[in-house]
Amino acid sequence: MASLWRYLLAGLGLAALLAGILAVVYLTAPRSSRTAGPDVSRTKATDNGLFVASFAPERGVVRLGELESWLLTLKTKAGAPVEGAAIAISGGMPQHNHGLPTSPQATDYLGDGRYRIEGLKFTMSGWWQLHFAISATAGSDTVLFNVVL
Amino acid sequence: MKRLSCVLALMVAVILAGCGKPDFSDAEKQTIASLALSRLPPLKPDTTNRFADVPAAAALGSTLFFDLGMSRDGTVSCSTCHKIDRQFQDDLPQAVGVGHTNRRTMPLAGVARDPWFFWDGRRDSLWAQALTPLENPLEQAGNRAAYAHYIKARFGERYERIFGPLPDLSGMPLNASPLGTDAEKVAWNAMSGAQRDAINGVYANIGKAIAAFERSIEPAPTRFDRFALDLVTGAEPKGDAVFSKDEVLGLKLFIGKANCVTCHNGPRFTDNGFHNTGVPPVAGLPPDRGRIDAVRQVEADPFNCFGAYRDGDVSACGELRFVVKSAPELIRAYKTPSLRGAATRPPYMHAGQFSSLDEVVAHYAKAAPSVEGMSEVHPLELSDRERGALVAFLKTLSE
Ligand code: HEC
Ligand code: HEC
Repeated sequence: MASLWRYLLAGLGLAALLAGILAVVYLTAPRSSRTAGPDVSRTKATDNGLFVASFAPERGVVRLGELESWLLTLKTKAGAPVEGAAIAISGGMPQHNHGLPTSPQATDYLGDGRYRIEGLKFTMSGWWQLHFAISATAGSDTVLFNVVL
Repeated sequence: MKRLSCVLALMVAVILAGCGKPDFSDAEKQTIASLALSRLPPLKPDTTNRFADVPAAAALGSTLFFDLGMSRDGTVSCSTCHKIDRQFQDDLPQAVGVGHTNRRTMPLAGVARDPWFFWDGRRDSLWAQALTPLENPLEQAGNRAAYAHYIKARFGERYERIFGPLPDLSGMPLNASPLGTDAEKVAWNAMSGAQRDAINGVYANIGKAIAAFERSIEPAPTRFDRFALDLVTGAEPKGDAVFSKDEVLGLKLFIGKANCVTCHNGPRFTDNGFHNTGVPPVAGLPPDRGRIDAVRQVEADPFNCFGAYRDGDVSACGELRFVVKSAPELIRAYKTPSLRGAATRPPYMHAGQFSSLDEVVAHYAKAAPSVEGMSEVHPLELSDRERGALVAFLKTLSE
């Protein structure tokens, strides 16, 4: 009888330990993943502050594995549309050591600083980076957008 | 006292029951759901082939797929290598047609959903793909003029009911092709532009009929799909939808620590992309650089999406228009194969380099550097049990 109690007590101790570990994992996990994420803002100043750039999917939603077009909108700091810009696009997945699966291009100027970027394809969920080299009469600048899917 | 022991016993029972049930985080459940066959969208129309969904074209395509007459010496058809009872492949490390080829025959389930065809993606449509083995001297070894004459003689009426009148072939050489033997090339060059275009038109239609047939080859649901469906709907898995502990562990590794799902994703377990995974070349075969050499070939193909034989408008050609033309990561990059059905069709990789799934998993764990270019896979710390679990999970995609 006494030995049965000892077993039960040991079981209870183990359960408590397990609960403790679970609690620690639970309490720490979400916080660390929150701080690790890259900056995913869709509007930002270009690296040297020449332009303000916005980057968003043309149809609003992102579909994995499909060719998509996005809009890159370029404004000066004063808010005037940037026209006639030449745009070169590169990028990839920093955590997987590969570039973009397609070579997207700026195919159209839609007015009001908006450029259509066609041929984007996100083949998997995760952290993607898109890097734009922009050159316009005001000068040349670069900007990086993080897209997390 | 008795009550306390009852409560304790109940607690132990609850803990044990909790352990027996597979426990997945919400993120894991989402990933698992994204792999289920029920998530496969309906097959999109192929506007570059206006016969893609015409039943009579698919029926003719099926006849041609199995017809030994569609080869130089009447001994090889598509189905010689793509065997209908073997997932449309042949279990060989490298395919054998009229000659011994340098690559493994690819299974065809779901192939109509791909943007690129062949291990290196050197064709951009299912119908343009079908024209390649027909003239490859190691596969069916025929030539397009001979195929046009053959179609007229054997299937003239069926052809004309689908595609309209055949061109007048009288006065055209019996054997001619820009890719054939020297004599065939001479004969091709001696033809007028209109004659060549007429033969190419018939040849493209042969591809379009075969492609229409291939669109019906789709993957079937597996144990994994039944498991995934139950997991997502919260139903109690029954019968073979119950996963063993090893299968659950393998699935968790596949979508977690082992990173397999980064490339083998979606309901077909492929991202439709090209990656260098450090698979070694086979001694004795000609040099094979994968995707990097394929881009020029697809751009030069007269049957590509930009070419004169495409139906519909050029907006369907996005993949070709935005193709990555040169990048270091294209060196020895190969198409990510679907893993559905893989367990029951060894050998593996583009030239049958590995003879079992154990070897495949050992390859990923070691992640040896590529002979050329950079491998995208990194070494994995996997115990023997974990390796076995990955294989056990892969088998659920074949049952
Ligand atoms: C001699 C054997 C052989 C014959 C005959 C053959 N194939 Fe293939 N097939 C292969 C091999 C090998 C590959 C991969 C070749 C490569 O990557 O270079 C392949 C690839 C394919 C693919 C690409 C699949 C994918 O996922 O990209 C399709 C589609 C296909 N074949 C259809 C056909 C059709 C249609 C025919 C008849 C017109 C045919 N094959 C004749 C061996 C053969
Ligand atoms: C970087 C992308 C990538 C990752 C990550 C990856 N694979 Fe692959 N997988 C491929 C490619 C590409 C091939 C074809 C390579 C070749 O033929 O040279 C392949 C081939 C295979 C094959 C052979 C299938 C066949 O029909 O030949 C199996 C099985 C497989 N992978 C399983 C796995 C498993 C299990 C993992 C995780 C441990 C994994 N893969 C991780 C891209 C990847």
